[in-house]
Amino acid sequence: MAAGLDPAARPDPFPSTYAPLPSRLTAIRGATILTATGQQIDRGVIVFVDGKIVAVGGAETVIPEGATLVDGTGKWVTPGIIDAHSHLGVYPSPGVPSRSDGNEGIDPVTANVWAEHSIWPQDPGFNRARAGGVTTLQILPGSANLFGGRSVTVRNVPSVTMQGMKFPGAPYGLKMACGENPKRVYGNRSRAPATAMGNVAGYRRAWIDAADYGRRWDDYRAKIAKGERADPPKRDLGLDTLVGVLRGEILVQNHCYRADEMAVMIDVAREFGYRITMFHHASEAYKVGALLAKEGICFATWADWQGFKMEAYDGIEANAAIAFRAGACTVIHSDDAIMTQRLNQEVAIAMAAGNRIGLKITEAEAIAWITINPAKAMGIDGQTGSLVAGKRADVVLWSANPFSVYAQADKVFIDGALVYDRRDPRYQPKSDFELGQPGEGAFHP
Amino acid sequence: MKRALLALAALALATPVSAETVAIINARLETAATAGTIPSGAIVLKDGKIIAVGAGVTAPAGARVIDAAGGTVSPGLIAPSSSLTVTEVEQVTSTRDDRSGKLSAGFDISYGVNPNSTMIPLARQTGLTRVVATPVLSRGGGDGHKHDDSGAEEFAGGGGGDDTEPMMFAGQAAIVGLAAGDQDPVVRARVAVTLDLGEAGARNAGGSRGAALVLVKAAFEDARAFARNRSAYDRGETREFGLSRVDLEALIPVVEGRTPLLVRVNRASDILQVLRLAREEKIKIILEGAAEGWLVAPQIAAAGVGVILDSQADLPDSFESLAARLDNAARLQAAGVTVAIMGSRDLNNMRQQRFNAGLAVANGLPRDQAMATVTANVAKIWGMTGVGSLVVGQEADVVLWTGDPLETTSWPKAVFIGGVEQPQSTRAFELRDRYATPSASGYPPAYQ
Repeated sequence: MAAGLDPAARPDPFPSTYAPLPSRLTAIRGATILTATGQQIDRGVIVFVDGKIVAVGGAETVIPEGATLVDGTGKWVTPGIIDAHSHLGVYPSPGVPSRSDGNEGIDPVTANVWAEHSIWPQDPGFNRARAGGVTTLQILPGSANLFGGRSVTVRNVPSVTMQGMKFPGAPYGLKMACGENPKRVYGNRSRAPATAMGNVAGYRRAWIDAADYGRRWDDYRAKIAKGERADPPKRDLGLDTLVGVLRGEILVQNHCYRADEMAVMIDVAREFGYRITMFHHASEAYKVGALLAKEGICFATWADWQGFKMEAYDGIEANAAIAFRAGACTVIHSDDAIMTQRLNQEVAIAMAAGNRIGLKITEAEAIAWITINPAKAMGIDGQTGSLVAGKRADVVLWSANPFSVYAQADKVFIDGALVYDRRDPRYQPKSDFELGQPGEGAFHP
Repeated sequence: MKRALLALAALALATPVSAETVAIINARLETAATAGTIPSGAIVLKDGKIIAVGAGVTAPAGARVIDAAGGTVSPGLIAPSSSLTVTEVEQVTSTRDDRSGKLSAGFDISYGVNPNSTMIPLARQTGLTRVVATPVLSRGGGDGHKHDDSGAEEFAGGGGGDDTEPMMFAGQAAIVGLAAGDQDPVVRARVAVTLDLGEAGARNAGGSRGAALVLVKAAFEDARAFARNRSAYDRGETREFGLSRVDLEALIPVVEGRTPLLVRVNRASDILQVLRLAREEKIKIILEGAAEGWLVAPQIAAAGVGVILDSQADLPDSFESLAARLDNAARLQAAGVTVAIMGSRDLNNMRQQRFNAGLAVANGLPRDQAMATVTANVAKIWGMTGVGSLVVGQEADVVLWTGDPLETTSWPKAVFIGGVEQPQSTRAFELRDRYATPSASGYPPAYQ
């Protein structure tokens, strides 16, 4: 049997070819460091070599001989920013119809599609995001469908191929969507789902199909193991993905705005024995912060991009802050090629809205919302998302406190390699698309 | 009905009745005027006007004194182009009065202004005290929420309009005040006619820019011919005009140079075409968008044309904005162009306007010019008098901030419109307060 006919034969058929860019032993000295472990270190030192962080500490931290020294006086250091909800590459710039590859909007259940097969690595948006400190992104299919397909996690490095960006070993996500979008898209075509209850019936039916499919493969493998003759089931790419969720290998990334809909999705997950990793958009997380905390489900939202549709009508600025204080795993995401360039400010707005009502959220806490928390929700927190010895050296040096509107990313490191430098044109990559255009690389000063 | 009456009563109670004399002392004053920023001083508001402002100013006897404790006072922000007051929920078509669908230049946005919109109190919490409500095209206009990955462009039903009949102009704009309880908030209606050119205009004209410009010029010619001889038109003795009577009527003040044409364009070549159109037709224009404006900054400056822009626009997200860059505002300002910075058109996100001014500063706009881009410059571009800066004699539309008005971590402590302190409450704040502290009563949040 060809490997492609058995889902277990080659579970990683489009393997990552990512390799860190050349790096040097580097030490940043004198900056205020937010580690994303709750700590703020004034006049701190961070050292990284061979792509890994080797030391993070105060001014007394020993800097190894031969290190390239970066003066961080008056500046700030944070982990590389992780955008847990991006459509860069699948809805690239320029946004022309022939490059609109984010929604396989032909059927409400398209768990068979993989966002990585839509990524155009030359999207100039990747470069803009990097100049905003974004080092890792989760690229998702859109929300037209109940099951939109697999997401993929990428390192934000320029690459000719998608495989050259793929985060090695990062788990896949499954994009699911609640609410208005699926029922509008399909209801307008006089097919299911046309209502919220139609949405839920659609999820349940798909999970029943997935369980049945998984059982057929299990039966087949049991027979083969016993030396019996058996025909393999016909492989189904969509059900493979759903079975991957049931086995806990693929993380559910669930677009869901309303509190009541999140509660229903939690029950659907319980009914079929899977976990929801994160609710995306989650404008009403503040109404169910304690529930999300109890269930161990993260939520990703904006600060104040709300009210544009009925399911976002109750969105408030303090959403993240209130649910955070209720104990929920809090993430600020972008879902947007402009906002991803300033997630640091989006966090600041969300934090300030909480502090306006006395929630006393510190910058050392809030930085986690765009670093270690999205890393957790993407299953890569063991490798990146905080400044801890042994982790990948994904590091941003900011010109000022990153919570300020005036702050800019001065230098961005991915796996210890300098991938962006605001003051050095050698580290300001341009995509192929940008060459020879009137705005060629024009966003740099 | 009873509930509605109660709500009205509550509204009346929340409505301040008369302006008092107020002195805000110990304040950093960002005047957005020639006085620049005064590090420490006071401002006095009386009878709806600013009667004193400066370093040596003291509170008059009997005034209510507010100690700013080092906080900043700025002019009230003015949104230079927005759907605020004429739209409640972007994706609920029945709440949208920012587009015509039938009329062209004749569409008058002022009739749709809703002073009870829940978005207005929220807008005041972003420091806004005034807004220019500008119409958008029913299809392919300059609006639209980009933050919901449903592929809205692919699946949206569209907002009306007839695909075979180009409407060209989106309609007439209005200046609207944002004071609580003001049931007649339109400051001035029909302040401009809006026109989308570039890709949206081309699409609206059937596919290409050449068609769009020709149709626009033809419409101007029709408006002039109509103005010259209305009675012949009424007797049916004129040639056929491309637009309806009401549309032609609306264009007359434009072709006579009395009312500006707000033109949405981004590509450098489109901007130059619009500047030429204005010269040839002897009309006044304002540019909105101008993502590639920096490429033709000297020409815009020489024409004395004001620009309303979104300083976040730095992506080549279409073939008309390939040269978009973050220092567009800084470069235009340096070339001598009057720049107004807008927020997103997204309704409850007007606060982005002040952050966008901050972003322009991060990308080269001098900080001492930034406040004017969201206040005085907006007033200047729109021909508003008596608002937009902290100057004696101006309307007392002022905001007291907890810190730097352009910072992410600041918010308005107090907002005055016409000297009246505005209520702080918003629907969003009521939701926030209902859920921020869970009740121990055993009753659901609805009882809170």
